[in-house]
Amino acid sequence: MSVSETRKRALGRFLVIAIPFIWLGALFLAPFLIVAKISLSTAAVAIPPYEPLISWAEDGALVLTLHVGNYKLIFSDPVYLIAYASSLRNAAVTVVFTLLLGYPLAYFIATRRENWRAPLLLLVMLPFWTSFLIRIYAWIGILKPNGVINGVLIWLGLIDKPLMILNTNFAVAVGMVYGYLPFMVLPLYAHLEKMDWSLLEAARDLGAKPARVFREVTLPLSAPGIVAGSLLVFIPAVGEYIVPALLGGPDTLTIGATLWNEFFSNRDWPVASTVAVALIALLVAPLLALQHHRAKGVKTMSDKP
Amino acid sequence: MIPAPQDSPWADAAAVPQLRIRNVVKSFDSFAAVDDVSLDIFRGEFFSLLGASGCGKTTLLRMLAGFEFPDRGAVELDGIDLLKLQPYERPVNMMFQSYALFPHMSVAQNIGFGLRSEGLSRDHLEERVANALKLVQLSGFAQRKPNQLSGGQKQRVALARALVKRPKVLLLDEPLSALDKKLREATQFELINIQKQVGVTFIMVTHDQEEAMAMSTRIAVMDKGRVVQVGAPHEIYEYPHSRFVATFIGSINLFEGMAAHGPDGWRVDCAHWGGPLRVAQDLAALDHHQVALGVRPEKIRIAPPDEHLAADNFSDGVVREVAYLGESMLYRVALPSGFLVRVAAPNVGTRFSPGQTVRIGFDAGAGVALDK
Amino acid sequence: MSAGKIVKGMSALALIFLYAPILWIVVYSFNESQLVTVWSRFSTKWYAALLQDEQILRAARISLEVALLSATGATVLGTMVGYALARFGRFPGRTLFSGLVIAILAIPEIIMAISMLLLFVALESATGWPHRDVQTIVMAHITFSTAFVAVVVQTRVSELDVSLEEAAADLGARPLRVFFLVTLPLIAPALLSGWLLAFSLSLDDLVITSFVSGPSSTTLPMVVFSKVRLGLNPEINALGTLIILIVSLVAALSLLRTMFRRRGA
Repeated sequence: MSVSETRKRALGRFLVIAIPFIWLGALFLAPFLIVAKISLSTAAVAIPPYEPLISWAEDGALVLTLHVGNYKLIFSDPVYLIAYASSLRNAAVTVVFTLLLGYPLAYFIATRRENWRAPLLLLVMLPFWTSFLIRIYAWIGILKPNGVINGVLIWLGLIDKPLMILNTNFAVAVGMVYGYLPFMVLPLYAHLEKMDWSLLEAARDLGAKPARVFREVTLPLSAPGIVAGSLLVFIPAVGEYIVPALLGGPDTLTIGATLWNEFFSNRDWPVASTVAVALIALLVAPLLALQHHRAKGVKTMSDKP
Repeated sequence: MIPAPQDSPWADAAAVPQLRIRNVVKSFDSFAAVDDVSLDIFRGEFFSLLGASGCGKTTLLRMLAGFEFPDRGAVELDGIDLLKLQPYERPVNMMFQSYALFPHMSVAQNIGFGLRSEGLSRDHLEERVANALKLVQLSGFAQRKPNQLSGGQKQRVALARALVKRPKVLLLDEPLSALDKKLREATQFELINIQKQVGVTFIMVTHDQEEAMAMSTRIAVMDKGRVVQVGAPHEIYEYPHSRFVATFIGSINLFEGMAAHGPDGWRVDCAHWGGPLRVAQDLAALDHHQVALGVRPEKIRIAPPDEHLAADNFSDGVVREVAYLGESMLYRVALPSGFLVRVAAPNVGTRFSPGQTVRIGFDAGAGVALDK
Repeated sequence: MSAGKIVKGMSALALIFLYAPILWIVVYSFNESQLVTVWSRFSTKWYAALLQDEQILRAARISLEVALLSATGATVLGTMVGYALARFGRFPGRTLFSGLVIAILAIPEIIMAISMLLLFVALESATGWPHRDVQTIVMAHITFSTAFVAVVVQTRVSELDVSLEEAAADLGARPLRVFFLVTLPLIAPALLSGWLLAFSLSLDDLVITSFVSGPSSTTLPMVVFSKVRLGLNPEINALGTLIILIVSLVAALSLLRTMFRRRGA
């Protein structure tokens, strides 16, 4: 290869990396700096509605005003702490129940004959491609006092007046599990499908009963899928807005709702930014775990012949 | 090696087989993977199921382990109905083709896995694991993980893991296929030695006929779900029952013709040979049947055309191709009819070149007549 | 076996759980009554109402425009990212690059929503650009969809036999020709499914869109959200049914295609 060819090739590779990198850097990474900056400012009746950090003093000197009051606020006002706690709890509940429901489903699909797997997987993914908003909205109709579930329970004579399900934390949990189930099933399936099934046969052959095979072989071997699925559900679930907004009640206080309200109702952008910075800080560790996990997964995949 | 009578219980009508497989049938989607197979296998045998891929040998092995259930038939081990038992209840263990070592467990944990469901004391368990490691010469490797082992070491861990359970029968699914050629030969002998030491019945699935010949007391040759012949290696090689077995095991020349009796005894009138071929075998049952006389290449001698060849059947021919195999020479000799005969000659004495006229011949006892 | 039955039972339960709301949407879209939960009689009047709802139609047009533009943009960028991650080995910044993709996939939407809003506002107040309307929505959607396309493309490219590309290079094709003549045709199905994924993500997005849109660019999810917050609305059932119908058709087509391809192979 001639020198100019080599140089052209290197330039090509550089562009393929640089173009999307600049885009994602400018629209995804750089804004975090702005969020961090505004979190150190105070609200103002202006456009944009916050005080600049750097201003020109009367005598022409440059003045940098850093305001840490927002951070003090979110750590002292119980409203924020409750919102964080309930968002974390919602996300944890979602992880547990998507796992309980998703593991058997992923296992079932992974153990079907090969020509059945794609249609079954499609069946799981199909709702995911349909409007999330409208599917969550459907739960209003199902969980309402005069909705499907109460109707069936009354018709069966199990209850005589409707249960209050909608606008409770339970309804939020149902909606979250519903919305995030595919995110759990897909990584679990991907790991279970790659699993060497002769290992399970070997365990049975060596005298292990089904429960022991599951506990000592299937479960440890699918642990990476469980970790990946749990992180992929947990991280976005912490910031979920739509489900609590539609199915939650007045006592459902979440970070998503807090952020939304600070922006659209209170128009206190600096406080909202502070809440966002704290949320990002909370999610850095799980995000790094996910990245580490994925890098490891990719590596072991390429190790295989 | 021809086994002494006490080593061949199958020849003894009064001997009781350890494992009886009776009329076993297994179909997948109307395709008969195993089609009416019956076999008797005796204690201490090294029994091979030999066949091409898709012949049903692995399905049969997996039915013995309990991973597949036959549609029909019976399997009995020491008088116990195996089919009533789950895989984890069967006194049978398997060595997997991929070895199936648990990647998240150490070598010692892998070997101890099967013992842990037996309720042994900790000391006793560790002792059994240590002995198993010693048996396969891996004593220093107890704490390694499978991915830190070479292919040969993995193979031995898999063997130790299955044997430590003291099974009545050990099933081996292509145990040597993942090893390279040199290691495979060494391991063949090691497996035979270990089998003799522990005295366990081995049933091995293989597609490699040389492997089956070298290791087995008996071989069952399978084709399309059926057992086409069972016998000791030399029986299968010297006296195949059918054209299929004759061509599947080793290389053979098939001279097609009509069996007939003449003044010199039995013969096969073969148009390709250009005359009668004398046969020592009694062909009374095949009189006037279309048969193939199978003759192994190494049983045919080759000489210069002017040299006297002391053989019952001989013909002139022209060397077409020569392959130099090191230990022997392989010739393809064209008969006057144009028929090509494979001749293997030890790599001593005269060598012949393509185009050379030669004389080839073999004795009446060298061939076997096949009607199937 | 009992373990097998538990797995089957739980799977059936999970599938019922996934499809119950969809069934509810479809059934009640044909209910004549305004009260969505009370069944009166079969009617298609809500479809007629939907097709005359100017607000929804205008929002749908904007959403389609945004989805077409952003899916196309994301497919171009995502293909570059996915190809680089699958084929360029350990280039400097690779970890950051793949970390970016994962962060975008997983991070709560509302964080991206806020950060992009603040970016656009800061940019506008500093330079007068961009005005918040369709263009900011498209930019935001390209950003998150790129990550999804990248994962789809990366998976497909890493499954691809490198020797095909090497063979093309060996036969004298330059890198760009190799990509367009060999790689691209082979990963085309992944590009199509990446594009469709980006399209449906864009069409579906509420949170980010709400933050980065302007008064003149209200998208379909925004209208739907404002309507469903007020309670059940049979028009929304009709809209949901139409979306389900379209998605099912596309899915069925893709399934048939893969099944026929497999049979042919």
